[in-house]
Amino acid sequence: MIEAKNIDFHYGDFHALKNISMTMESNTVTAFIGPSGCGKSTFLRLFNRMNDLIPGARLTGQCLVDGKDIYAKGVNVDELRKNVGMVFQKPNPFPKSIFENVAYGLRVNGVRDQAFIRRRVEESLVGAALWDEVKDKLKKSAYELSGGQQQRLCIARALAVSPSILLMDEPASALDPISTSKIEELIHSLKKDYTIVIVTHNMQQAARVSDKTGFFMLGELVEYNDTKKMFLNPEKVQTQNYITGRFG
Amino acid sequence: MAMKHTEKELTLLREEVSQMWGLVLSQLEKTRQAYLNDDAELAREVASREKRVDTYELKIDSDCENYIALFGPVAVDLRLVLSLIKISGTLERIADLADGIARHVITGECTALPAAFKEELRIGTMFDTVISMLSDSFVALDSENTKLSGRILAKDETVDEIYHDDIRLLSEYVQQEPQGARCAMETLLIARKIERIGDHCSNIVEEIVFYIDAKILKHNRNEE
Repeated sequence: MIEAKNIDFHYGDFHALKNISMTMESNTVTAFIGPSGCGKSTFLRLFNRMNDLIPGARLTGQCLVDGKDIYAKGVNVDELRKNVGMVFQKPNPFPKSIFENVAYGLRVNGVRDQAFIRRRVEESLVGAALWDEVKDKLKKSAYELSGGQQQRLCIARALAVSPSILLMDEPASALDPISTSKIEELIHSLKKDYTIVIVTHNMQQAARVSDKTGFFMLGELVEYNDTKKMFLNPEKVQTQNYITGRFG
Repeated sequence: MAMKHTEKELTLLREEVSQMWGLVLSQLEKTRQAYLNDDAELAREVASREKRVDTYELKIDSDCENYIALFGPVAVDLRLVLSLIKISGTLERIADLADGIARHVITGECTALPAAFKEELRIGTMFDTVISMLSDSFVALDSENTKLSGRILAKDETVDEIYHDDIRLLSEYVQQEPQGARCAMETLLIARKIERIGDHCSNIVEEIVFYIDAKILKHNRNEE
């Protein structure tokens, strides 16, 4: 479970997130929607401390993962990122083979057991719905894959280190409709094993894949509700105006 | 290939409508038996199950709304969801009419019509015809086969003919037996309800043709 309690976040003088509190239950898909610059990606990145290195960034409030404050003193950020995987907008495979891309996280974490690595690579590629397409060319460069396959490879890479949470920042926005559909189907199937949080500009995608949706605007969480409720009868007029295209 | 989750949702919607269809068919069958055998007990069973049909309609409406809101269906998927909304509403009206007939049986105020005359009114045939229309239209949707549609729609004409014959026969009966007017009126109301059920079955067929062939038969059937 992921919890945010009274989160305020500043980039220097800019107040990017304003008093945000929400809970994301285990084994659910939560989508964040909102206009550009509303703070949804900033909020997502808090949960594996991707904002730590930004100069002038300042956080108050608490981010809890499974009840533990991930910004508390003594938290090992590498360990945190093993548990909280991240997938970005643009597929970013390493200039290595398909196999080595997936094995990479295991190797940097000190795993030396080759049989275990082979098994985990296969499991991760199966989990990312890519195994059947690449099982005969694992030694080929990841760059030979299509954009959609590369994105699923990045998901497999994230799965290899056995996280419990996957953060996805517009994972399908650079992909064609067929690849997008495969990623959406994958998100749907992964939620039985993972807690997934996705930022998307595509409202219909949020509706299709998520259980709960948060609508952000100007750094505030305007509404956080069941996705069905959000897209059928939202509580806030700003949400209604945004999802119907009357605003923004 | 594995079914996508959007397809699974559509399959579930279709299953719900199929279950409602089965319930309404059973209501109609029981109403027929209750009427033909003057079985008030069975008629009460029909009346008591009417709420279940209403519940199905509300659930299907809600699920169709959610499907449209969440998945933004287009083309054949959009036509299917729109058809299912209308079909479930129509099934509910058929069940209402069956319930109305069952309530005539429960009050039991009409036992005066001579048996031979009742035969002549062919109410049983009307029942059989609309029941076959409803079950054939289920098969048409389930098998996605609109070749059956013409035959189903033709049956509605049979129902209409019997209904119009009944108006004539019952008005002649009232002229000859004025003391049986009340009973004749009740029987005419029952025939009228069955005739309406036939119309609703035709509407369902039109929805199935809209879904499968993207053709609009409504108000336009003679040209087909």
